[in-house]
Amino acid sequence: MSINTPEKKIPTPQKPWKPSVAERSQSIAVGVLAALASIAVVALTPMKGLLPFLIFSGIFAIVIGYLKGLIGRGSTTAKNNAVGVFLGLGMAIALIPIASILHTTISRGYKGLHWGLWVDDMSLNTSTDPIAEGGLYHALVGTLIMVSIALVIALPLGILTAVYLTEIKGRFARPVKFLVQAMSGVPSIVAGLFIMSAIVYPITKTFSGLMGALALSILMIPTIARTAEEVLLLIPNDLREAGVALGGTQWRTVAMVVLPAVRSGLVTAMILGIARVIGETAPILLVSGGGDAVNYNPFTGPMGSLPFYVWKSFFFGTEEATTRGWAGLLVLLSFVIILFFLARTLSSRKVRR
Amino acid sequence: MWLQTYDQDSSVATTEIQRERRPVPSPRTITTEPRLSDKVFRGVVTAGGLSSLVILGLIAIFLLYQGYEVLVEEGFSFITSSTWEVITDEYGEVQSYSFGIAAMVVGTLLCALIAVVVAVPIAVASALFITFYAQGKLKAFLVAVIDLMAAFPSILFGFWGFFILMPKAEYWAMLLNKYLGWIPLFAVDDRIFTRSPFLAGLVLATMIIPITTAIAREVFDQTPLDRVQAAYALGATKWAMIRNVAIPYGRGGVVGGAMLGLGRAMGETVAVYTVLNIVYQINWQILFGAGGNVASLILLKFGEAKPLEIKGLMAAGFALFVLTLLVNFLADFIVRKTGSKGR
Repeated sequence: MSINTPEKKIPTPQKPWKPSVAERSQSIAVGVLAALASIAVVALTPMKGLLPFLIFSGIFAIVIGYLKGLIGRGSTTAKNNAVGVFLGLGMAIALIPIASILHTTISRGYKGLHWGLWVDDMSLNTSTDPIAEGGLYHALVGTLIMVSIALVIALPLGILTAVYLTEIKGRFARPVKFLVQAMSGVPSIVAGLFIMSAIVYPITKTFSGLMGALALSILMIPTIARTAEEVLLLIPNDLREAGVALGGTQWRTVAMVVLPAVRSGLVTAMILGIARVIGETAPILLVSGGGDAVNYNPFTGPMGSLPFYVWKSFFFGTEEATTRGWAGLLVLLSFVIILFFLARTLSSRKVRR
Repeated sequence: MWLQTYDQDSSVATTEIQRERRPVPSPRTITTEPRLSDKVFRGVVTAGGLSSLVILGLIAIFLLYQGYEVLVEEGFSFITSSTWEVITDEYGEVQSYSFGIAAMVVGTLLCALIAVVVAVPIAVASALFITFYAQGKLKAFLVAVIDLMAAFPSILFGFWGFFILMPKAEYWAMLLNKYLGWIPLFAVDDRIFTRSPFLAGLVLATMIIPITTAIAREVFDQTPLDRVQAAYALGATKWAMIRNVAIPYGRGGVVGGAMLGLGRAMGETVAVYTVLNIVYQINWQILFGAGGNVASLILLKFGEAKPLEIKGLMAAGFALFVLTLLVNFLADFIVRKTGSKGR
């Protein structure tokens, strides 16, 4: 009797759930058929353009997918196929606006980009001046100052709210949670009106950058508080217990163990807060006063900002002004996108650890 | 425990005399009273935590205080009448005035409802697609794109709507009126289709699709895996699983997300101001080019408003504030009531 048992055949791993070549070619055929039918419809009826083509492709794909399932396997599969295509169609429709917005802003905005944008202001220019003159330095300065002041106010309040909700969990935790939620739904114009009614009318009587910053901070607090709360909830309780077991008071534990552990999460919260308010227009229009000249002083005088610049440019209506407006929107949009991806990379690194 | 070890140690290590000299320390009193530093800490954090309450309270108080005069003067007709005018004589003295925001409230609700009706099916379909159909890199990409879109500023949507969507929407409105005009919803008296509530609703819909999708996706993502697998094990197709497991589970969250979208849409200022032809009349015809919303009224009138009119605008702002708070409260209530129960 030999020790060697006949060699076992190790089966190669299979993926039985993967669509076979036949199945895949069938679904491609459905797509091609739908597209062809849609081209026929677009060619034969007065409806022209990309959008009707896409919509009809979707509708035909649903119908053909349904029929294919019905003939091959019965009504259950037919419904499944149709719904799958339908959900994909919904996704595509949700993506059309974002593609259109990005395409429009970039294709119209790049014409207005030039070096002077970063160093000149609009104080000596009129709306019909050539694009190469003037710039948005005053708007960049104004936005930077206002957002910084708003951040100085909103960051501590937002983080304290988050710490209250996750560390102290006091009697008011449930109502505070709801109020933060409600505060994030406060219309931005109401924030502007509030600053108007509480500070501008009774006390200062003039518009200034500080007023704009105060309005922005109201909109910033809920974003920061909710993001910070989410990251604080991710901290394992072991860390807190370890801090207390070492003899730390709650204050020491939170300040020296918990908060340092979520440092990158708090930075994410801060960035999302900035992204939330950087393009906020309505309160800025009400209380910051606008202005075309550079103003470094947030306490006196009107202060320009990016959204105000864009708003003003579009309402001049001249061709140059409109191009300036799109360029301003492009700059604003790139800031938002940069901030957004910065926040994402930071938070994803946090999760990986 | 601690005292015991102390006694044992000392009996071994020290002599009788030394032991007499050394005083036995009295045990530390154990108390739940926090230290001073903790008291200060808790006080500061609680104060910070209540900042949202304070700010919301201050908003309500100051808007009410500034608008009080007008609210009392107009009484109930502030929300039922739809005239907004200040009549002055040639010296600029106010003769009479009348403030009512009925037209704007109707416009606000109309635009927001159109937005929700358009956005919710698309958002739910996208959320289901992202959760159950997309995989790997495609899923990560779609999630990132939707979240990015939620961060776009409203002014961007406004001018995109004005320059890109408006010509298209006008054409769609004409088609709708031509072929479906017999339905009262799509009827118009005058054939003016530019800058209609329909267009404003579409722009608002593109604005609230991302937030509604994001919330619905988060809820669907939490569908318990065992139920999903149980459905598949019973031979369910993907659609059967979604209909019988995912949708019943996520229903509350989806409704809550839709309500949040409704709140956003009602408070939107800049985008509506840009695309809507703000006319002071009650207009229920969604395709007709006239309408308004409370927020855009405030922005429109603020520029040249006299102190008296500003009081009226403050009152309008107060009404808008209460309206959005109400919607938010309702959203919170629905989410908690229906919960994520499912079968």
